[in-house]
Amino acid sequence: MRFLAPLGLFLVLVVFLAIGLKKDPHEIPSPLVGKPAPQFQLPQLTGADGATFTPKDMQGKVWLFNVWASWCSSCREEHAVLVGLAKTNAVPIVGLDYKDQRADGLQWLNRLGNPYTLTAFDADGRVGIDYGVYGVPETYVIDKGGVIRYKLIGPVTTDALEKKILPLVKELQK
Amino acid sequence: MKIVTAILMLMLTFGSAIAKEAAPLAEDEAVEARLIGIAEEMRCLVCQNESLAGSHAELAEDLRREIRAQIKQGKSDQDVMDFMVTRYGDFVRYRPPVKPITWLLWFGPFILLVIGIAALVAFLLRRGRNIQETPLSDADHQRAAALLAEDGKQRTANGGEK
Repeated sequence: MRFLAPLGLFLVLVVFLAIGLKKDPHEIPSPLVGKPAPQFQLPQLTGADGATFTPKDMQGKVWLFNVWASWCSSCREEHAVLVGLAKTNAVPIVGLDYKDQRADGLQWLNRLGNPYTLTAFDADGRVGIDYGVYGVPETYVIDKGGVIRYKLIGPVTTDALEKKILPLVKELQK
Repeated sequence: MKIVTAILMLMLTFGSAIAKEAAPLAEDEAVEARLIGIAEEMRCLVCQNESLAGSHAELAEDLRREIRAQIKQGKSDQDVMDFMVTRYGDFVRYRPPVKPITWLLWFGPFILLVIGIAALVAFLLRRGRNIQETPLSDADHQRAAALLAEDGKQRTANGGEK
């Protein structure tokens, strides 16, 4: 009987440590979830005719806002998933080419396919700061009213799409 | 002599030129000091065990530039802190604010301390109660006396040998 107390304490400690090990310290909960998406106006990546993009253009639509860059290796990982998603026409994806060179960004899209409705070009990363971007890729789900409903840190995987993003998008589209 | 004077004059003009260069730097120093003061209170989001002041991550550099710009715009330290927290959350602060979600963080150690002290006091009290004085029986007294007597004999025997 006298072993039970230390054994119990030890088990509690093990449970706490196990939870601690499973949590990814790089996934910082965003305070922006539930808040309106920060407004901005940026040139588009194509740079044609001085075309710009502002989140207001997507008013009334549920959309994904995907932050990527040609220098980002895990963006390559998620790119195929995004191209696949774009083919289903489930949800429009707007890209934000973050701290990139215009030529590199364009080359990336030409070579790997372009899943984006359009891509805004954030050369100095200032818009990234407003969105609390700290590790590319990051993806936001934004609802019809322009409110951020979800933020995914790290690459979009089929798993994340099926379990979290698409069900959420469907619900928001209702 | 003339040459010496000329050199001295030259040195003086250079000296004043350098002094003029230094003026805007001094102004920047105040900004820089405030920047460091703020950035040391913040965590770099990329390398999380470094402060924003000490990190070489590109994002940290961008954020320092942003903070510097805001200081120059006349924003207060609190404004800059709020700017960062609305974007990156309380996580960027090395000293998170006291609010319901951080109560466990702030008060947890004290709760553990109180539990520890309570356990120690309970343990000491119980131990105090468990130690009872059991008086020696007559048989014990006799045995003790016999042992002491034997011991005494041996000692005298040992002493005799010496």
